[in-house]
Amino acid sequence: MEELASLLNGFYVVFSPFNFMLMLVGILLGVIIGVLPGLGGANGVAILLPLTFSMSPTSAIIMLSCIYWGALFGGAITSILFNIPGEPWSVATTFDGYPMAQQGKADEALTGAFTSSFVGALVAVVMITFLAPLVAKFALKFGPAEFFAVQFLTFASFIGMGKGSAFKTIASMCLGFALAAVGLDTVTGQLRMTFGITDLLTGFKFLTAVIGLFGIGEILTSMESGLAFSGTHAKLRLNAVLETWKKLPKYWVTSIRSCLVGCWMGVTPGGATPASFMSYGLAKRFSKNGARFGKGEIEGVIAPETAAHAAGTSALLPMLTLGIPGSPTAAVLLGGLLIWGLQPGPLLFVEQKEFVWGLIASMYLGNLVGLVIVLTCVPLFAAILRIPFSIIAPVIMVICAVGAYTINNAMFDVWMMVVFGMVAYAFGKLSYPLPPFVLALVLGDMAESSFRQAMLLSQGSVTIFWSNGLVGTIMTLGVVLLLLPVIGWALGKLRALKPV
Amino acid sequence: MTGHASQFSAVKALGLATGALAAVAFATPAAAQAWQPTKAVTFVIPAGTGGGADQMARFIQGVVTKHNLMPHPMVVINKAGGAGAEGFLDMKASPRDPHKIVITLSNLFTTPLATGTPFSWKDLTPVAMLALDQFILWVNAEKPSKDKPYMTAKEYLDAVKAGADKQFKMGGTGSKQEDQIITVAIERLLGGKKMTYVPFAGGGAVAVQLVGNHVDSTVNNPIEAVSQWKAGSLRPLCLFDDKRSTYTAKVTSTMAWSDIPTCKESGLNVEYLMLRGVFTTGGVTPQQVNFYVELFKKVMATDDWKRFMEEGAFKQTFMVGDAYRKWVETNDKLHYDLMKEAGFLATN
Repeated sequence: MEELASLLNGFYVVFSPFNFMLMLVGILLGVIIGVLPGLGGANGVAILLPLTFSMSPTSAIIMLSCIYWGALFGGAITSILFNIPGEPWSVATTFDGYPMAQQGKADEALTGAFTSSFVGALVAVVMITFLAPLVAKFALKFGPAEFFAVQFLTFASFIGMGKGSAFKTIASMCLGFALAAVGLDTVTGQLRMTFGITDLLTGFKFLTAVIGLFGIGEILTSMESGLAFSGTHAKLRLNAVLETWKKLPKYWVTSIRSCLVGCWMGVTPGGATPASFMSYGLAKRFSKNGARFGKGEIEGVIAPETAAHAAGTSALLPMLTLGIPGSPTAAVLLGGLLIWGLQPGPLLFVEQKEFVWGLIASMYLGNLVGLVIVLTCVPLFAAILRIPFSIIAPVIMVICAVGAYTINNAMFDVWMMVVFGMVAYAFGKLSYPLPPFVLALVLGDMAESSFRQAMLLSQGSVTIFWSNGLVGTIMTLGVVLLLLPVIGWALGKLRALKPV
Repeated sequence: MTGHASQFSAVKALGLATGALAAVAFATPAAAQAWQPTKAVTFVIPAGTGGGADQMARFIQGVVTKHNLMPHPMVVINKAGGAGAEGFLDMKASPRDPHKIVITLSNLFTTPLATGTPFSWKDLTPVAMLALDQFILWVNAEKPSKDKPYMTAKEYLDAVKAGADKQFKMGGTGSKQEDQIITVAIERLLGGKKMTYVPFAGGGAVAVQLVGNHVDSTVNNPIEAVSQWKAGSLRPLCLFDDKRSTYTAKVTSTMAWSDIPTCKESGLNVEYLMLRGVFTTGGVTPQQVNFYVELFKKVMATDDWKRFMEEGAFKQTFMVGDAYRKWVETNDKLHYDLMKEAGFLATN
């Protein structure tokens, strides 16, 4: 067990008092960054990167990666409490987390979210520890066709999951695709649908949309329902953590599935955001509580959080072994590696043993420390909901506006946020579902590029999606998932036809 | 360290001898009324995180911070939208703001031509050319077979010529930008055979697609593919420059950057270099420009910078003042011609 020896050596590195202190500081900073929408893990790491230049590479990466873990944890807090995702990967957490908070179960939702985040991250780290070289090879198998297949699978796992009209789901998704297409088309290098407006060059930024759709939209709806923030009666239960832990083990199937989805998406590198959506979609489809998803089901918090953390953690693997970042934050860390004089790539594991294993050991410890910190704060976070709506609503508005502005230092984004808020309000009134819209907005662009790259490679033949076992399996799985509701409906009809 | 020795030796870029001019610029004494930033300086990157320009800008920020070269902090910000148009338009929109600088890549020339976005380098004030980035023709080290891989550019190009039209795939960064310009230039020497150009989002991703055998070749910058080369997954075939690299230290067990033949030597007469330079906003005073020139000279004097240059096999060509302006002018024209020939000009 060569890995175990190296890992122990890594723990030895991490356990110096200085490194341990950096770890604590990193986690706390990360949680704050994660809570503030718009600031985001990538920006946070970028801002704090210069602080680390005087440190040794190992200390530096420990601190920065702990900021990253902290941000992953922090993203869930505002999603659950205020329906504002602090990070793109926490969007799916709002679907059930926020209803839970409204029912006065914020502490339960937070505990569920933090605990499953930890589980997801832990599984991913174990995978990195023992399977790094193998997994890195798997990532190489992913060309454009494979990427599209994965994105297709994500969409497929989402279609037909809404209770409402299927047409409304499709309409909502198409609108998302249309907005995702605005800006530069990477395949032809041409601008699309910008109408000469320079602010639209960058397209609609996902975070602006999300802050507006969820944060502002929710405030508009609450205002209408008579200034009552239904979470106000949240009981303060100090033993909420233990109570929730008792319930969690029975969701082990969802947990395992979400870990697998997360690790896979992180490595390939699809990223934490699609992973959380796909995991939520699959959990809803296959859980026996599926029908109650969206109304405050803890399983709907566990699934996206587990997957997001598993993906966020395993995204560091392609960065270390291949030099390609699995997420924007990983991209900034990659820049850091170069400044510290390390060349990321296949040889990093051989040439920089202390650095790599120090990092891996800090993943274990950082996540554990992070979990303890955020869990202790659960009653504190839940207590925020006791503040009257008339005080908290303006605060949320300000945080949202600052968040939208920070994304790009542009007022334009703040106005867009307001517009998206109104869109969300209209969607709610007309009972159009928001999740498909958001999903199409975040993945539409990537899916389109992958599809067209694949078409270029195959010179227009769709058989490329079944050209090898890997891509074929994923595509077939996607098609089956897509048709499942239709098949179910057809079977139902057949049964109804038969005389009983 | 070969980096130091060659710092001012490789000044010939695209046939423009500028050594003398650069030396004159160096000799200029600091202006009488020296200017200094009075607040944080924003360093705009008109490209995404993780790419070559991003790496260089963040590296500079790191060096500036580490050695305390500026009284106020340097803030790096990515404005990648519209193939970099977002960043350049931002610079154009704040003239006479000396607290803003931008790092450029070839999209300074290609983006306005390809998309019709209204900006040009003339809206900015040139500060300094930091280096020129080179391009290399890469193939998978195990293609077409493990025992008999492509060893030279000629072997690979003969295979392309012998294959079906559009059979060979070239992966590259972006569309109608430097990678595709080089691809079109190569195609012109293939006797009518076309390659299929597949655009990806970033240079790192392109190199990995080549390792995974999803494309047949790439024209990655050295820094984007060096780790895969060291690991033995990729093989450099030729360098798109008129001279071999000056870095003679071994990168792999057998080869140094200087062992890679130029494409011209291999019978593929294509040359292309990419600007890694800095501009500030339009209408600033010479004193303000001078502050940044002096700042970058200090950055370049550090060992960190020399190591960075060698790692990425950059062509070290520091250029300021009129020499730099002239280089940019010539290259603007060159890109217009290249883009026109390739049919990449915006139609609107």
